Amino acid sequence: MNTEVIKEDNPLSFAGGTFHSRLLVGTGKYRDLEETRRAIEASGAEIVTVAIRRTNIGQDKNEPSLLEVISPDNYTILPNTAGCYDAESAIRTCQMARELLDGHTLVKLEVLGDEKTLFPDIPETLVAAEKLIADDFQVMVYTNDDPVMAKRFEELGCIAVMPLAAPIGSGLGIRNPYNIRTIVENAGVPILVDAGVGTASDAAIAMELGCDGVLMNTAIAGADDPVLMASAMKKAVEAGREAWLAGRIPRRAYATASSPIDGTFF
Amino acid sequence: MQIVLNGKPFEIKENATVGDLLQELDLQGKLAVEINREIIPRSTFRSRPIRAGDEIEIVHAIGGG
Repeated sequence: MNTEVIKEDNPLSFAGGTFHSRLLVGTGKYRDLEETRRAIEASGAEIVTVAIRRTNIGQDKNEPSLLEVISPDNYTILPNTAGCYDAESAIRTCQMARELLDGHTLVKLEVLGDEKTLFPDIPETLVAAEKLIADDFQVMVYTNDDPVMAKRFEELGCIAVMPLAAPIGSGLGIRNPYNIRTIVENAGVPILVDAGVGTASDAAIAMELGCDGVLMNTAIAGADDPVLMASAMKKAVEAGREAWLAGRIPRRAYATASSPIDGTFF
Repeated sequence: MQIVLNGKPFEIKENATVGDLLQELDLQGKLAVEINREIIPRSTFRSRPIRAGDEIEIVHAIGGG
């Protein structure tokens, strides 16, 4: 029996923590909080995104809240600025998040520029990133798959850069693997693919390109069986990571035989 | 007196504090409060007075990506 120990990966170290899971998940679009809880548990994620919204005045008091189900004691909560179309509202959202999470400074900054594609507004994202960093926030920034901008955000002081694979919620997968690879090659901070993953193989490809992690929501929450998809994504991220560490064979135009050519008896 | 609470007109008694408002709404758990775009630290909820016309936002964390 083969008992050889497989080389252990280093955990993902950033934001003042070490994380063994390289899959980050959102909490949106689930049927209910119980499904949210089960899917996130199955994903193995340690970092979980949330949105900041108005409370419903006059809501059912007995209804559990998200942070009771996804407790900050068990997960690193990553508030996002989803729905913000300018730097000012994104900054306000982060400040509110910091207050409601007792001084927690880790945020996912996204400033959107277009309702149809939800592509980021880069000039506004730059303004927001700069101000948030000056205010001691730890900024994980959602950006497009542009290597120049990715580097710019790193130089600005973002603690992680998160290029999109494809539009948010589109499930189109990695549309520009060469750019993602270039971003990874240039990076001095963790690079996480954020948005666009549709199924497990997409997550594996992101990791095979050398990304430090993948952040997704719709691909899990929108699946017919979100809990099963969460489990699939966990394995895909792990498999992709191991494949990256193992070093894949180069692509060749023609065959190379797997069995020896010498010693044939025919 | 009238204030604007989460974008809608809301009637509240004179001299109420943020703490009074939260109690009246029976809001618990993790939330953050902004008055006229200024964040109100939790530690000052009980002492922070609300004035007529104040625009108050009360937010919490919900599901999102």
